[in-house]
Amino acid sequence: MHLFFLITVFILACFIGYFVVWGVTPALHSPLMSVSNAISGIVIVGALISIQSSNDNLSQIFGFLAIFLASVNIFGGFAISHRMLLMFKKKEKK
Amino acid sequence: MPVFLSYSYLISAILLIFSIRGLSSPQTARKGNSLGILGIIIAIGATIISNPNYNWSNALIAIFLGAIVGIYFALKVKMTSLPQMVAIFNGLGGLSAVLISLVEVISGSSSFFNNLIGLVIGGLAFSGSIIAYAKLQGLIQAKAIVFKGQQAINLIFALATITLCGYYIINHNPLIFYYIAAITTLLGILLVLPIGGADMPVVISILNAYSGWAAVGIGFSLNNVVLIIVGAIVGASGAILSYIMVKSMNRSLISVMLGGFGTQTNTSQVNSSDKTAKSGSPEDAAFIMENANKVIIVPGYGMAVAQAQHVLKEMADDLHNRYGVEVKYAIHPVAGRMPGHMNVLLAEANVPYDEVFELEDINREFATADVAYVIGANDITNPLARTDPSSPIYGMPILDVEKAKTVFFVKRSLASGYSGVENPLFFADNTIMLYGDAKKVTEEIVKTLEQS
Repeated sequence: MHLFFLITVFILACFIGYFVVWGVTPALHSPLMSVSNAISGIVIVGALISIQSSNDNLSQIFGFLAIFLASVNIFGGFAISHRMLLMFKKKEKK
Repeated sequence: MPVFLSYSYLISAILLIFSIRGLSSPQTARKGNSLGILGIIIAIGATIISNPNYNWSNALIAIFLGAIVGIYFALKVKMTSLPQMVAIFNGLGGLSAVLISLVEVISGSSSFFNNLIGLVIGGLAFSGSIIAYAKLQGLIQAKAIVFKGQQAINLIFALATITLCGYYIINHNPLIFYYIAAITTLLGILLVLPIGGADMPVVISILNAYSGWAAVGIGFSLNNVVLIIVGAIVGASGAILSYIMVKSMNRSLISVMLGGFGTQTNTSQVNSSDKTAKSGSPEDAAFIMENANKVIIVPGYGMAVAQAQHVLKEMADDLHNRYGVEVKYAIHPVAGRMPGHMNVLLAEANVPYDEVFELEDINREFATADVAYVIGANDITNPLARTDPSSPIYGMPILDVEKAKTVFFVKRSLASGYSGVENPLFFADNTIMLYGDAKKVTEEIVKTLEQS
């Protein structure tokens, strides 16, 4: 039952993704890539959970690196999206 | 799991969905971005608060260091290098997924299948992105790198990965997990090597999707819904983008993935050795454009390489303000090296986004335009895509620049584009070639426009 629940969530999320992404204007496809890059850094939550149950050095090191890399992804991704989005301006009315 | 944690993940997932939703228009996009940041902060914060007994200092240091590195590079990178930046970030996300699945295995996780998904897909995303980065950055040649038996080798590696995965699921030997990590990393390298520069928009999109699917795998192994939801959305985003890119080239995903495109010279092209292309000077171009009513600018990767977007904007401003010419920009979906690449560069040069049009919105306007100014683009204007069924680009939607009264091509030479197909438009009666660097030629035009 539990697995079925997760699969349900997964499939419904695919539908949401499908509709939301088709709604993105083509002009913003580059920011879409960097935003989706940034939010895929959500794996950081996975890293934070899994290091709690690890107690040997090797997995602590791997966990540390995983958090670091995901954090680069999150902050870098959002910062670069922000930079891009600041540039998109409408024509100034004269 | 504490109840508050479940609710926090739910809120975080909703906020992250809104961050993508905001991109439906440039007006809402920045707000979406802020919501996304909030969503991630809530997810991280709630996870940490949920276990106050754990010593989080190392994790916080890692987050902090990552933030510094990420923001530093994001602020430093030039807009023209954006594709490689996105590629490398993607790769880091993939590597992060690999490391998490390793931690899971070391600490004795029993969801063997899900860990493998995180490992294999994350590994492919990691090494594939590194190669894509190296190609875009020019560290290795951007052209397709092909050798004999390449596809056979890839097949062997893929089969080996699958076999080892099956073995691991039965046997649970952690050592095999490391072997799989090594092999998928190699496979990622081999898969991207044969794919050439102009197919990079597809590759980057696919790798983007991979990093999403890897998150889904980890979500399943940790029973974590926010990872599953966000991973699925990122996966959908990458999949849809690659679909759009592939459609815009009228190719199949398989043909892009197999690679080698543009390495064979095409035999069925028009024999043009007896034809000559007319060439003109920037002064001629300036004269024709200042007397035009409507000019449509078609930018391509060559504009990005020459960093010509700013001077292009100057040219458009001069034409509009001094001579009352209507100027528009036409963008092909696969122009550049990543989806939406041209839009970002034009935005960087302060071109308002309501003057920039997508292919289907502007294509019929070429018939009423006096001038099409094609700068650093080639294949996306090639009429053979409509007329020659034997051509490798046949069926690709193109910008109908030849319908304009005069077509200018700003190019270094008559060389064919990425597809290896010659463009008969260069020899058309209404085409004038402006040989030279995209930026220099446009600068000359601006100079002439401002003198008279």
